[in-house]
Amino acid sequence: MTREPLPPPAAYARFGLGLRKPHYAEVLAGGAPLDFLEVISENFMVPGGRPRDILRRARALHPVALHGVSMSLGSAGGLDPAYLARLKALVDEIEPVFVSDHLCWTRAGLGHDGFQSHDLLPLPYTAEALDVVCANLAHAQEVLGRRMLIENPSSYIAFAESDMSEAEFLSEITRRTGCDLLLDVNNIFVSARNHGWDALAYLDGLPLDRVRQIHLAGHTARAIGERAMLVDTHDQPVPDGVWALFARAMARIAAAGAAPWVMIERDDNIPPLADLLDELAMARAVAGQGSTLCA
Amino acid sequence: MRLSALQRGFCDWLRDDDAQAAERFGLADPGGLAVYQANYRGSLMACLAEVLPHTLLWLGEEAFEAAAATFIDHSPPSGWTLDAYPAGFPAFLGTRYPDDPEVAELAMLEWRLSECFVAPDAAALGVEDLGAVDWDRAVLRLVPSALLLPLFSNAGAIWSALAAGEAPPGVAVSAQPAPLLIWRSDFTCRYRDLDAVERAVLPQMVAGLRFAELCGHLVEQLGEGQGIAQAGGLLARWAAEGVLVRPAA
Repeated sequence: MTREPLPPPAAYARFGLGLRKPHYAEVLAGGAPLDFLEVISENFMVPGGRPRDILRRARALHPVALHGVSMSLGSAGGLDPAYLARLKALVDEIEPVFVSDHLCWTRAGLGHDGFQSHDLLPLPYTAEALDVVCANLAHAQEVLGRRMLIENPSSYIAFAESDMSEAEFLSEITRRTGCDLLLDVNNIFVSARNHGWDALAYLDGLPLDRVRQIHLAGHTARAIGERAMLVDTHDQPVPDGVWALFARAMARIAAAGAAPWVMIERDDNIPPLADLLDELAMARAVAGQGSTLCA
Repeated sequence: MRLSALQRGFCDWLRDDDAQAAERFGLADPGGLAVYQANYRGSLMACLAEVLPHTLLWLGEEAFEAAAATFIDHSPPSGWTLDAYPAGFPAFLGTRYPDDPEVAELAMLEWRLSECFVAPDAAALGVEDLGAVDWDRAVLRLVPSALLLPLFSNAGAIWSALAAGEAPPGVAVSAQPAPLLIWRSDFTCRYRDLDAVERAVLPQMVAGLRFAELCGHLVEQLGEGQGIAQAGGLLARWAAEGVLVRPAA
């Protein structure tokens, strides 16, 4: 397999897409103006067949980032060794530019007595939870033999016992484990709106020199009971408010000396590839403006 | 509350809503709690419908969703991949529709096809390889994606009709099960019925059967001339279909 040599991840900003089924043929035909692709790791952690073939062909064309949704870094019971073994096999074969998962938990217990929610569930930001996430993340990095990225989540509830902000919690994780950050700008926007946070203060609380990758996505406004909330649905174009926050984030990240890889993340109501490439062109333009903005 | 207790309690709540959850979890802002429960049930429901689309067509949307909702209530997922969740649904449908065996068998066929789709790869014996194999020593082995699925009903014919957008045949049920061969050729999953000879020999080819043993079996059944001809015919068919692993040269 011929592969493009990977540049150092922080050498310069790059722009890509999450690879999804409706776009497989077009992307694999080559020629799309993409610097990299991201795939959902679990969709390709299978023994064989078409999914693995698709990923090998994608990797022959572009650098690939593996983005997970089931590692369950926040599980008090530790990580699933079978999951880690499958992910390691995929990492060893694909040689991804990044491996990432979320600041969340998805599972309680293991095996037949375990319960896997298949959702990104929220953590209380406490010393105990910090110890759990750091231990799990350190273990994953040791098994995978590489540094991971951790992504800030969208959340819809907050725990009274939290004694750290989410930004403080993430900062401490990067300090204790050496991991880097995948900054999801839409998730900041959604959580800030849902909880009344100041999104810029959130950014200022993060070690922005550690941001290696950025997700841009859309969300949906829903009435939850009597509350109007934003839900992280990834089924809409990137909205104006997220573009504006992205510009401010890029200015701050550039000032911190980092050059993250930026991508559009769309998982539902997926439009033609050309529409996402238009959004990616917008991301390039906004990033260019952002890096010249006053942080 | 310890994190492990919180996570166990939250999982219990996802399965079984109650009004005291927000207080029990110590939520400062419980406003969006319902989002998580909707996500949980919605993803499981969508998974069952996506993996078993023809079972959904056969039952109808209302009956399928009612069955799926009950299954979700009683069978929480435990595996790391959502793709594994439907594994228990065919058997559940068997208990829900005990007098309609085609329902569970249709679901089992769809579930096995989805497993077949991502089964391990293997170099299949093709027609072009036949001349290069030492048949005196060759061992016939089914590709890793292949399996034999015993069916009492005509679920295979029903699935084919539904997949083609045609009116499905009426249900037919036999007293004895007939095995269906499922396998993947390149990236396409296939299935077909077996004749009597294949029913006898294919189960042995899961572990591996020497070609000489196959010939011996057929000669014993059919006589030397017809037995050898039958062995050659079967080999040509299996090679054309990509059912066998390519033997070592």
